[in-house]
Amino acid sequence: MKFTEEHEWLRQEGDEVVVGITIHAAEQLGDVVFIELPEEGTVVSKDDEVVVIESVKAASDILAPLDGEITEVNSVLVDNPSLVNEDPQGEAWFFKMKLSDSSQLDELMDEAAYQTFIA
Amino acid sequence: MDALLETPLAELHRQLGAKMVPFAGYAMPVQYPAGVMQEHNHTRTHAGLFDVSHMGQVLITGPSWEAVALWFESLIPMDVLDLADGRQRYGMFTNDTGGIEDDLMFARRGEALFVVVNAACKTADVARMRAAAGPDIDVTYIEDRALLALQGPQAETVLSRMDAAVTQMRFMDCDQLKLGGFAVWASRSGYTGEDGFELSVAAADAVALAQLLLAETEVAPIGLGARDSLRLEAGLCLYGHDMDAKTSPIEAALTWSIQKVRRAGGARAAGFPGAHVILGHLQDGVERRRVGLRPEGRAPMREGVELFAAENGGVAVGVITSGGFGPTIGGPVAMGYVPTGLSKPGQPLWGEVRGKRLPLHVAALPFVPANFKR
Repeated sequence: MKFTEEHEWLRQEGDEVVVGITIHAAEQLGDVVFIELPEEGTVVSKDDEVVVIESVKAASDILAPLDGEITEVNSVLVDNPSLVNEDPQGEAWFFKMKLSDSSQLDELMDEAAYQTFIA
Repeated sequence: MDALLETPLAELHRQLGAKMVPFAGYAMPVQYPAGVMQEHNHTRTHAGLFDVSHMGQVLITGPSWEAVALWFESLIPMDVLDLADGRQRYGMFTNDTGGIEDDLMFARRGEALFVVVNAACKTADVARMRAAAGPDIDVTYIEDRALLALQGPQAETVLSRMDAAVTQMRFMDCDQLKLGGFAVWASRSGYTGEDGFELSVAAADAVALAQLLLAETEVAPIGLGARDSLRLEAGLCLYGHDMDAKTSPIEAALTWSIQKVRRAGGARAAGFPGAHVILGHLQDGVERRRVGLRPEGRAPMREGVELFAAENGGVAVGVITSGGFGPTIGGPVAMGYVPTGLSKPGQPLWGEVRGKRLPLHVAALPFVPANFKR
């Protein structure tokens, strides 16, 4: 798994990556009450706002971690936003994307580097 | 930046794992490890303990109750004189243009008046009272007392184990209790819409009293996050958000708090700051008023969201002043100001969130029925 400084995780699955937010991010957000997901097929650039996530405290944006195309979204989250608190690095993935350049993945942090980053 | 002040309970909050944030100049617990949602629900079903020691406690004395009460009536549009000993009322300081300078609770303690004001306003409130006080009125800001609130349907059960006198208290009654050996000034009131008590205790006893209450199985510590969602569902105003120096009590839908005796035709009509404006609003009506708002989708609409009368076009007709997710309602809730002509429950409106107009409608307040012991 790879990690961004925006507290997203990316897991490679065939020629796609699955994207979600980290346990640390979910803890910081608090109870998640609303999620707005992008349209499947949307072409995004790194740092585009792709997901709106609202907790009891505030609204936040999830940014596209890399360039690519959104291929699938986890619409279960729309009806059950609290899944993000229950299983952020598993069931509560946000979307899958096909990367424009999968070598960009190499620039992201690995688990050990991310743990150091949030320490 | 000045260092944050701390309440006598600050260290206890940290021991309990609270996330501390700056609020009105104090380091305050916004949530404990349970989180806002669980803390909210716990208060609605059991009993929640809040530290509200940042609020200002003021004792006012004079030659007689009558002298103190009539003096205080020169600052607020409420009936103070007729308040029975051991009773409390809600009120607000007004200004010359009819706006609200702060809201407050005031209680009669024998011949004295006990006032609780908002943390952010307390310095100005004390200055305002002292400036208005003649030589016979003494305004004492109480620095050596903490204030705890125990809120929720099981609050009475918990306190009655320590002092059976609590069961005799009704909503807005005040009494002196002995809780675990600590002398407490109690009032049966709060800021959650639930039955509950506010407990003024010597600062030196505050940690021990809090620990005593937290040791009861029904009680959990509750932070400012849940305090905000609880009061929002209860339709209670937050000063500086749902009302301010440019909002009259009539616009803020707090007309009920102005007793008849202070209104036109009453025995002590007017005689408070901004009376001509406020009584004018009472007589002629207002152009805008505070209402409850229910977004129809799942997206919370927060403070600052502009309101429109149509899905497309037109200018903003109002604004949300408090909003978020209501855990008891299970969806978004908000309060805001709309033109009086659009203020009836059921009125459809649109709120602009992230550039999109989303539907909502005016809803009766409170969202969650009050659970007071009247």
